[in-house]
Amino acid sequence: MAWVFRGLREGIVTTRYPKRADDYGPSFKGSVFVLGEKAQPGGEPIVAGQGGDDSKLAALCPTGAIKDRASKVTLDRGRCILCGRCVTERPDVFAFEPSPEVAAFNRDGLFVPEGTENEEEVDRLRTELASRVRSLRRSVHIRHVDAGSDGSEEWEVAALLNPIYDVQRLGIFFTASPRHADLLLVTGAGTEAMVGPLLTTYEAMPEPKIVLAAGTDATSGGLVHPSYALRGGISSILPVDVFVPGSPPSPFSLLHGILLAVGLLPGDSRR
Amino acid sequence: MSDRPVLSSVEAEDLAGLVAARVSSGERFGGLFASARSDGTTVLRALLARHGARELFEARLSPKTNSYPALTPLLPAASWYEREIHDLFGIEPVGHPRLDALVLALGPDETWRPRPGAGQAARDVHPEIDDSALLSHVAGQGLFTIPYGPVRSGIFESVEYLVETFGEDIPHVQCRVQYKHRGIEGRFGELGLDDGLLLAERVEGTAAVAHALAYCQALESLSTLEVPRSALLARVLHAELERVACHLDSIARHCEGAGQSVAYARMTVHKERVQRLRAQLCGHRFGRGVVVPGGVCGPPRVAPAEVLRAISDLERAIGDDVRSLMGTPSFLDRLRRTGVITPATAAAHGALGPVGRGSGLAADVRSERPYGAYGMLGFEPAEPSSAGDALARQQVRLDEITSAFHIARQALDELGEGYEDALWRVALPPVDGLGFGCVEAPQGELVYLVETRAGRLERVKQRSASFHNLALFPDAFGGDILTDFTFIEASFGLSLAGVSG
Repeated sequence: MAWVFRGLREGIVTTRYPKRADDYGPSFKGSVFVLGEKAQPGGEPIVAGQGGDDSKLAALCPTGAIKDRASKVTLDRGRCILCGRCVTERPDVFAFEPSPEVAAFNRDGLFVPEGTENEEEVDRLRTELASRVRSLRRSVHIRHVDAGSDGSEEWEVAALLNPIYDVQRLGIFFTASPRHADLLLVTGAGTEAMVGPLLTTYEAMPEPKIVLAAGTDATSGGLVHPSYALRGGISSILPVDVFVPGSPPSPFSLLHGILLAVGLLPGDSRR
Repeated sequence: MSDRPVLSSVEAEDLAGLVAARVSSGERFGGLFASARSDGTTVLRALLARHGARELFEARLSPKTNSYPALTPLLPAASWYEREIHDLFGIEPVGHPRLDALVLALGPDETWRPRPGAGQAARDVHPEIDDSALLSHVAGQGLFTIPYGPVRSGIFESVEYLVETFGEDIPHVQCRVQYKHRGIEGRFGELGLDDGLLLAERVEGTAAVAHALAYCQALESLSTLEVPRSALLARVLHAELERVACHLDSIARHCEGAGQSVAYARMTVHKERVQRLRAQLCGHRFGRGVVVPGGVCGPPRVAPAEVLRAISDLERAIGDDVRSLMGTPSFLDRLRRTGVITPATAAAHGALGPVGRGSGLAADVRSERPYGAYGMLGFEPAEPSSAGDALARQQVRLDEITSAFHIARQALDELGEGYEDALWRVALPPVDGLGFGCVEAPQGELVYLVETRAGRLERVKQRSASFHNLALFPDAFGGDILTDFTFIEASFGLSLAGVSG
């Protein structure tokens, strides 16, 4: 009986996300942004060579996420492990953005400022995915597979089931069998030894199926790649529909990625 | 910080006899590590511990030698270490009774080996992985194997357990951990000292603070610089909160396995709150980026008084739930006499952390070799239990949660005065040599051997307690049945990422 009263005393601990924004989601560093673009949306990009020693910008990053493409500084969130070195060394160019909503439909969508993609390409991917997952909008069953994570990703995925995130309230369930699964959530950089089991799981899933790469390691290989034992991201093994960067991605980032995949975000035109 | 182990050079032929003699005289075997050199030689190092003292036996194998007399026949605890060395270096321990692949199952025609330390770039090599040669069948009247994994039911790290059974009893289990092998130790050899820290935090992500701490201690052991007192206290605070989170995870898994849904929900809420407190303190839910060589990145971001209040709230809430849980017979019945590791088995293997302390071994790096601020905080180790079952391991974790809060509170009190203006970090000049770092991670003793040259990492060997303890896993199945599996696994509380490397 003690359990019941203790639970009642605490009231409702569950987040209202995504119906309402949650205060916790943006309370710590979620991703890195390149300043300039942020200060003036659509405005002047930071151009290499202006003020400071920008030739060293790319060398700041341990995973090569910072690029000096076409004399414009870009940052690939899909490679970023959020170590914060660039923010500490060059606060005039880089800053942390607190929002946990970092998922994207393709790798180009993870570049900041804007990627090389065009709007039409994103719309095409969005429409294609939407037509595939039309039947999953009320409920989606997830099968998780670890393909070489560092262990922290599993904690964040499992956290989605605690009463604070409580994803069952949104019709999201984790399933033991790939036969029941609609969405394959993969963590880790893709070890050679897991390629076989991962493909077997994917093939055992019924159509329609979605693949979500959870974490920077699953997106690009992160810091552990390159290595003789790794593929450097899940997209070299399976067709990935949604990328959720983060090292590890926080539960809110994962939830956002899942909702994005099945078109359940509020205001989603597919509803 | 010149807290380094004694180094003794021996001949490879004598290594097995010497180490076995030391272990039979009461010393604890801490591991066997190899390190390749660019000239083709390989160095074998055996770690021995007696109370606080550490000793490394070092044997050199010339480029032409690719074998040495195995330790395993005299010292079964060395078995997994020798299998790992065989996988990664191609060096054969002669006389090893069962030299299956452990972390890297290569095809029969594959001659390439990663040989971490040799300075070879392992990024473009893609050896043929083939685990078909691994032993997968057993012989015996009515005996068969159930392969469980690597994709298991639930949100787990990948591992395959080959359960050898008659149908209900489990006489033996084989652990196949190669699925998560990422070649971490080869990757370390390509990095500088700063990037090495980031990789150390990703070896075993759930114990990132402990790994960063052991890595930094290894670098600091090469220098004569003193880490500032306030930084040592902050390290203790972050490390103890990590311990609480890991132990709550293990306890929540027990509750889940026993079908205690309410207790499971409550424990996961507590764990989430600990993770949120950690993120408030340092900006990362797993404490990454906090510990840096020479100190910490900065002061805790929340005032000590506020942290103390948060800790008190957590402690009270967890305490209430633990009292209810430990008074629930249907829960205790699943743990009592499940997965027994006898004190004799634990001692022979040198079991680490809560697994050792649940089987009568008091070894705890924080008390037997106080590092950082533990010496000044008057840390009292938890009383070991000799029952050796899952319940004993769970009780050890519960006691450690209490003591972790106590230590964290002490560290905050000590930090209290002048905490704003304190010095948090000293610059650590790169020094060449062999550094040694050793901390008590939530899973048990964690060891880092770091060899540096000209500001780069030449070889980093990490020995997570998960690696050492998982080798003991099959011994926990004396008379247990299939439904006990969940509890035995949860009570070990290990991370596979730290095992496979």
